Amino acid sequence: MNPLLNALLVVVLALNLFVLGTSRIVTVIKVVSLQGVLLGIIPLLIEDHVGWSAVFASVGTIMLKGLVIPFMLMRAMRDVQIKREMEPLIGFLPSMLLGALATGFALLFAQALPLASEHTTPLIVPASLSTIFVGFILLTTRVKAITQIMGYLVLENGIYIFGMLLLGVIPLVVEFGVLLDLFVAIFVICIMVNHINQAFSSLDTRHLAALKE
Amino acid sequence: MTLLLLLLPFAMALVAALLPSNRWRPWVPPLTAAIHFPLTLAAVFGEPMESHAAWIGLDPVGKPILLLISTLFLVTSFYLTGYLKYHPRRENRVFVACLLCTLGSMTLVAWSRHLGIMWIAIETTALCTAPLIYFNKTPQSIEATWKYLLVGFVGIALALLGSFCLAYSSLHAGLHPSLVFSDLLRDAPQLSKPWLHVAFVLMLVGYGTKMGLAPMHTWKPDAYGAAPGAVGTLLAGGVTSCAFLCILRIYHICCAAGETAFVAPMLVFMGLFSMAVAGIFMVGQQDYKRMLAYSSVEHMGILVLGLGIGAPALFGTLLHVFNNGLTKGVLFLSAANIHRSYGSTSTGVVRGALRRLPVSAGLFLAGFLAITGSPPFGPFISEFSILNAGFGSGHFVASGLFLVFLLVIFIGMGSTVMLMLQGKVPEDAPQTIYREGFLTVVPPLLLLGVVVMLGVWIPDSLSTLLHNAVDFLEVQP
Repeated sequence: MNPLLNALLVVVLALNLFVLGTSRIVTVIKVVSLQGVLLGIIPLLIEDHVGWSAVFASVGTIMLKGLVIPFMLMRAMRDVQIKREMEPLIGFLPSMLLGALATGFALLFAQALPLASEHTTPLIVPASLSTIFVGFILLTTRVKAITQIMGYLVLENGIYIFGMLLLGVIPLVVEFGVLLDLFVAIFVICIMVNHINQAFSSLDTRHLAALKE
Repeated sequence: MTLLLLLLPFAMALVAALLPSNRWRPWVPPLTAAIHFPLTLAAVFGEPMESHAAWIGLDPVGKPILLLISTLFLVTSFYLTGYLKYHPRRENRVFVACLLCTLGSMTLVAWSRHLGIMWIAIETTALCTAPLIYFNKTPQSIEATWKYLLVGFVGIALALLGSFCLAYSSLHAGLHPSLVFSDLLRDAPQLSKPWLHVAFVLMLVGYGTKMGLAPMHTWKPDAYGAAPGAVGTLLAGGVTSCAFLCILRIYHICCAAGETAFVAPMLVFMGLFSMAVAGIFMVGQQDYKRMLAYSSVEHMGILVLGLGIGAPALFGTLLHVFNNGLTKGVLFLSAANIHRSYGSTSTGVVRGALRRLPVSAGLFLAGFLAITGSPPFGPFISEFSILNAGFGSGHFVASGLFLVFLLVIFIGMGSTVMLMLQGKVPEDAPQTIYREGFLTVVPPLLLLGVVVMLGVWIPDSLSTLLHNAVDFLEVQP
């Protein structure tokens, strides 16, 4: 087990809290893409013998999460006048505290989980759980369409970390399929963000409340 | 042939995207369906093919779902050519291409024998159907598409986590971890139980979101309300059935692991809860497309309830997948005709539809009677079979509630439907250019014919197909 692994995961956890505490949307995009790049490195640290397929998957992840997705999101942001997430349903500091609390609980909870012996020392499971939770906080408490998408990306990152336990089990085809789906998802979302902005002159999802009983 | 069936829709989507003529492009889906359907029949009823790859293959459970998808698409594609004729100016390139990709990804769901491939296929259906819901480009359809995407993504992400947990359950048990169904089924009794439970719950919630089970159904009324009627057919009959197939897969693995006692109560609860929620929102519903969406929530509930009741209800449940899908086709397509004629989905505007559109309104009435479980239509047989199994296996409370909810839904849906169909057409009802035509009336009529047939006579080939699927699912540890 590589000692760098846990250090990297701690950085990932710190980035979670940073995302919760910042209001500038461009910063959020940059931090989440940095998180994606760090996650792309992890598979190379876990295995002692790094095979070609691991390298391919890793490069694919880094390219997509570190370059392509932030590029698409930045482009979508350029056409939109909003720069900041103004009024989240839970303030920045409280949501940061909530995130920190969730990380603490994730650490405790992971110890109670029945894990295989080789998975008890690294922080993979707690990091995954707390990242998923942070993703949910972003998804539910932010009101701008684009920050909600960042929440989805963080959630996806959390699930990716959990997938690290299964390195080598998931075939390369499936890994690339998942990445391709993520790419198309963000592509579709960026188009939608653009249309929401044109139709409502805002990215505030509270405008999207006409359809109800 | 496998490859042809899987690649055909995507290849045709490319053709549709490259075709310059907006007038001829709508004929690509019927053409595709005309090739896809016979191929499907050959794959489903023909000689069993030896599967070369462990990941892709048609097993007895995938077969009925594939047959349903292909049938629905065949009928809907012809209807859509009639529909797109009424919107000659609107660019339909993205719409037609996405429609074909939806068919391709649904086909892949039915063929996949690997949890990862299945997940990718389901996510692809979500991505391909979003532009279909957005076709009308109104603020309402933007809102509906946004909710559909966001709720759908989160749901499917949870399903991915569930798939990982399932793989981890074999890793934790010291087995060689795998996401291939046949491996998981073989190893099921040894799988680590806590992780299997987590996997089941996550996948039930995740794929249940895609199915539209309450309380994860919130996207459904919005999406079905905003989408063109034919797209509603594919969503309510095709995509939801695919998501149900995913739940069937994890259910199968849990049963093979001897965990039926763990999963059954959850499925029964989810089923009844979905029916209850659907019933509450259907009573006094003033938008008939949203009413159909809640009807879909109800029937997804019935399917899951059928699974929860267990082995005796399996045949009825699988038959209900068919009956629900086909009847939803009748309802959504005839509702789309009514919508086009009145330009509104509100029962405040739509009155006296039987006078204005005798055939479409008649079809809507028949569809309503069918979906609420009246004889002699197909859903009566399947719902009765599930109910029978429920009482027979001692689920008295669940079966009793099932009956009560069916009654509430019949009354609630009936009052809305009667309001629309009966009476005179109001003087101020909007006039539109829509008149009932061959392409917009015959497809739902054909579907209704099949629904009536399934009510009085189930062909031997279909019955064998379903019995094979039941036998496959009943394999015990």
